[in-house]
Order: sequence, then structure tokens, then C-alpha cells
Amino acid sequence: MSGSLNLNHLLFLGQGALWTVGLSLIALLGGGLVGFLVALCRISPSRAVRVLSGAYVQLIQGTPLLVIMFLTYFGLPPLGITVSPLAAAGASLTIYVGAYLGEIWRGSIESVPRPQWEAAEGLALSRTQRMAKVILPQAFRIATPPTVGFMVQIVKNTSLASVVGFVELARAGQIINNSLFEPFLIYAIVAIVYFALCFPLSRLSQRLERRGARGRTTLMPA
Amino acid sequence: MTLQLDFGAVLERWPSLLEGALLTLQLAVIATLVGGAIGGLAAVGRRSRSAAVSRLCEVYVEAIRNTPLLVQIFLVYFGLASLGFRFSAFAVAALALTINVGAYTSEIVRAGLDAIPRGQIEAAEGLALSRAQIYRHVVLLPAIERVYPALTSQFVLLMLASSVTSQISAEELTAVANYIQSDTYRAFETYIVVAVIYLVLSLVMRAGFWGLGLVLFPRRRRLGTPL
Amino acid sequence: MQHTPRHAAAEPVVVLRDVHKSFGPLKVLDGVSFEVARGDVLAIIGRSGSGKSTALRCIDRFERIDRGEIRVCGHRVDDPGLDLRALRQDVGIVFQSYNLFPHLTIEENITLAPTAVKGMPRADARALAETVLAQVGLADKLRAYPEQLSGGQQQRAAIARSLAMQPEVMLFDEVTSALDPELTGEVLKVIEALAASGMTMVMVTHEMGFAKGIADEVVFMHRGRVHERGPAAILAAPATPELAQFVGTGL
Repeated sequence: MSGSLNLNHLLFLGQGALWTVGLSLIALLGGGLVGFLVALCRISPSRAVRVLSGAYVQLIQGTPLLVIMFLTYFGLPPLGITVSPLAAAGASLTIYVGAYLGEIWRGSIESVPRPQWEAAEGLALSRTQRMAKVILPQAFRIATPPTVGFMVQIVKNTSLASVVGFVELARAGQIINNSLFEPFLIYAIVAIVYFALCFPLSRLSQRLERRGARGRTTLMPA
Repeated sequence: MTLQLDFGAVLERWPSLLEGALLTLQLAVIATLVGGAIGGLAAVGRRSRSAAVSRLCEVYVEAIRNTPLLVQIFLVYFGLASLGFRFSAFAVAALALTINVGAYTSEIVRAGLDAIPRGQIEAAEGLALSRAQIYRHVVLLPAIERVYPALTSQFVLLMLASSVTSQISAEELTAVANYIQSDTYRAFETYIVVAVIYLVLSLVMRAGFWGLGLVLFPRRRRLGTPL
Repeated sequence: MQHTPRHAAAEPVVVLRDVHKSFGPLKVLDGVSFEVARGDVLAIIGRSGSGKSTALRCIDRFERIDRGEIRVCGHRVDDPGLDLRALRQDVGIVFQSYNLFPHLTIEENITLAPTAVKGMPRADARALAETVLAQVGLADKLRAYPEQLSGGQQQRAAIARSLAMQPEVMLFDEVTSALDPELTGEVLKVIEALAASGMTMVMVTHEMGFAKGIADEVVFMHRGRVHERGPAAILAAPATPELAQFVGTGL
């Protein structure tokens, strides 16, 4: 069964890496949508909505992603709902990422300076107009660096989809290792590919953060 | 479709669940203590005058922060094995988690160190304190106080992430859950119960860190204001 | 510009001889010389950017000089082998921004250096803290944290913290510049009392009236040089147009 690492193995890993990217995008889009709703709910004028969305965030942030994965993949079929590995992984990541992005974005919205809210109110804009025209555009700029930073977490977390049998990068490594049994070499290659995906995002996030900080200091009196 | 949930079969196994939860907590405490210390050292190392030391710390932090914990666990597990070491799954899990959280701690502490105003250090130098004394009394403790909330969140995340060590058969909570669900065929109920236990563990940890904060930071206890 | 200082001692406590210092292409000190005799108060005045703060910071080696000679309490400050911590035990410095340690009580701020640097027993350090705090009129603030004090009180606490190291000379770097006018007086009063007690002091200040009142000697700095120097009376009768203009604008 054993052989040595060849081009086919590397192509297989490459395919896995593509799925890692694909799953990351699914998680970013799905989680982004959920997160946006969560962020708005968290600052809703209705107390019930705030409490419910807050409970969602606390619940998800207090549970390991791995358990959420197991719950959707192994827990739902006995209840009569069958899910493919891709669906289970995509849904789990969406739920998980939504809670974290929701909190990041709520923080960004709330850190738009108070006078901006008051000025918008003073202009007799409706709540929706205030949000869409004044607050969110500013919050968007504040939110960009931490969101890019969180994308690194998303890419890394997609590796947990391997436990439900979804063939992304980590699972591809496991499969190859099952035939070659060269675990250290193979996981080292897998780690390097993850690093190549994540490191540029980390750097970009840092750069955006520094630029943001510089932008803010120029607004301060000398 | 009749939907019948039966938590009884899962809750019957509470001794195993308790054992798993305690092991999870143990992993978290070990990794927090040792990893926290490593992270503090790495944060100070990043600011070292020696370019080699600072570079080494940077490589460690970036390598860990940009690769998944799952892959790190496999690398430690198989790496030690290929070097001829035989450790228990628990030891490997503790080691991998420690290395992992050390890197995250380092970045958080570094942000705290950067937030210490230059004037604080000058004042301490003006009072003839040594470099080590300045780090200890004027820099490190207030830096940690500033980033304490981020730090404790990171340690809670670490506890939750320890579930990944089930993949090398460390007998912690998630591994216990996997046994129970394959025994009882009650996967949904099992993972719901386990999710609730993790939630309780994270609340326990938060409460613990809150109490520890009161002991470590008397100023915050008395005034309640952030530094 | 000759005059006889109040305390004409043998060896001056602070001596600067032809001190040069640049930040990159910017020449900040261009051959500065002055000395301070034991028990004297020297006020350094001048526009911002004239090098007055840099000159003060060189005395405690917060800045290294490029050329020249600085002697403080028997230490050769320009010597690369200088025992920095020994120098700083003899010199106390108070900053514009107080720089109290925010996580420590006022008592802990004061006792930190005596216990850590001099190995003073806790009880002695505590008694010392009480003494120096009484000296600056803050006897009741022992257990307070810096943020609970007003700016003026924080600056007085910072002075007390320096005094607790029992320095031979005290440096004050624009210590009232960050304070509201109504809080300036309480800090100046403390410095006045210190001067009366015979402490050797070098102060960079904007408070002309104050400098006139307590300084034994005034150094007017302009473009990195000592432009005019003499007893406080020179402020009333400037010899150079630059000092006249500086005093005239009240800045």
C-alpha cells in the first residue's frame, strides 16, 4: 500500500486546499449574513430582540465548533434530517462565524463616536436612514481590520470539517497519510499550505489596523 | 415524523461525562498556566534588543497563529512519535494546547506592553529602578491588567478548542461524547448535553478569572475603572 | 553678567561644559554651559524648541550628548561607563505629565523605589511616605490611587515620590504646564518651600513671575545656546533684544 509522495498526492492536496478556500467563502458569506443580523439585533430598540440575540451569541461562543459540527452531522440524521458533510460543515461554520462576526460588528457600530449619532438624529433622519447613511459607512471602516483578521480564524476552523468527512485540506492530508504513512512530512506540508493561505490575511489585517490608527491620530489636535 | 428525544440514556452516563469534563478543565488549566508564562516571555522576547531573539519569537507566534490547531496537534503527536518518544494522548494534548495558547497570549500581552506610555518607564528610570524591576513593577502588571479581558477570553476559547484533542483520543469531554453516542445511538441528545457542559465550563472559567482579577488588580477592585 | 550666587560652595552640584546634541540633522544644543552651586535654584527659560528641556534631560542622562562634559554630584554623565542607577539615586526628576504609576496607590508609588532600589524595610518606607506626603500637603492621600487626585495633587505626589529617594538635586521639567491655572499655585508653593529648605534645583519653567521670585540664577536659552544668563533681575532688565521680546510677550 505504501509508496512515496508523488505528483498525484500533491494534486489531491491542492484540490483539498481549493475546498478549504471554498468552505471559507461559504462560511464568510453565510456567517456574514447571520452576523450582520445579529449585530443589528444586538443594538435593537426592542429589549426582547437584544436579549435573544445576546443569548445566541453567548450560547455559540460557549460551545466548541467541533461539538456544533458533530451535532449537525451526527445529531440530525437520527431525527430524520440527513445532511451531507458539506452541508453540515457549511451550516455549522455559518452558525459559529455568525456569532463572532456579530459581536465584532456590534462593537464597530458602537464605537462610531456618539456625536455622529446625535448629529444624525438632529438632522431628523429616520432610524433606518441614520444607520444606512451615517453610522454603517463609518462602522464599516472600523470593522474592516478585525474582520480580515477573523477570516484567518475562519480558514483555520474549516479544518474541523475534516472530522465529518468533508475532504478539505486537512482531510486530504489524512487520506494521503493513510496510504503513505508519513504523517510528519504530510502534516508539515498541510501546515505550510494553511500558512500560505492565512499569513497574507494576517499581514493585511495588521496593515489595515495600523493605517486606521494613523488615520485616527491625524484627527487629533496637535 | 415522530420526534422523540431521550436524554435519559445519555444522562445515565454522567460519571463518564464528569470525568471528561474534569479532564477538559485540567487541560485548560495546564495550558493556561504554562502557555500564559510562555506567552509572556515571548512578548518580552519580541521587544528584545537581540534581533535573533526577537525574530525567533516572531516566527513562533506567526507559525502558530496562521495554522489550524488540529494540524498542530497532529504535528506534535506524530513528530514526537517519529523522534521515538512515547507520550500519553493527554500529555501530547496538553503540550500542543500549551504551544498554541502561548502564541496567542504573546500577541495579547504585546498589545498591553505597547500601551504602556513611555513616560511611565522614564519615571521608573528616574527613580533608579533596574530594568528587571521596571518590567516587574511598572510594565508587566499594568500591561496585563489592560488586556486582562482579552486574555481571559482567549483562555476560555482555548478550553473550548481543547475538544479538538479528541482527534488523538485524549479522553476529554468530546471524546467521551463520541463514545456515548456510538453506544447509545443518541447522537443529538449526547451533543446537546455536552454543549451545555461546555457552556457551564466556560461560565465557571469566566467566574474564576473574574475572581482572580479582583485578587491580582486591587486598584480595579476598589475603583472598578479600566486602566 | 557676573554675579555671586547665594550659596557660593566649592564644587558646583551640576556642571555643563560646551554640551552639543543633535536629533538627526537638527542641532538642539549648540555648546551649552552652565553650573549650579549646592543649594541654588537655576531656572531655564526660553521658547519651545530652544533646547531647554533637552538640556535638563541631559543632566539625568535621559538624552545622551554628542560632545562636551556634564558632571552631576561627582558623576561623569558623559562617560559611557557611567553608573546610571547611582546617578539617578542622587538626582530626582519631575515631569510635565506627572507619570505616577496608575496601578499603584500613592503610598506604593512612593515606597516602590526606596524598597526596591535601596532595600529599605517596608515599615521605614511607609513612615518615609508619610513624611514626604505631609511635606507636599497630601498627608491624607496615602491610600488613594492617582486617578482619584486632581492634576495638582498628582504633581505634588510625583514630587513627594522623588523626594523619598532623598536626592541631592531635583530637576523639574515644566511641571505646571499641564495644569489649569488655579492648580498651578499649589504646586509652585511646594517647590518654593523646597527651595527654602535648601534643595538644589534646576527647573525648566514658563512661569516668569515664579522664576523671578525663587531663582538664584536664570538661564535664557535661544536656538540651542545660552543666550543670556544672570540673576533673576535680568528678567526685569534684559540685555539682549531676544530676551526682551521673550519677557515682553509673557511667553
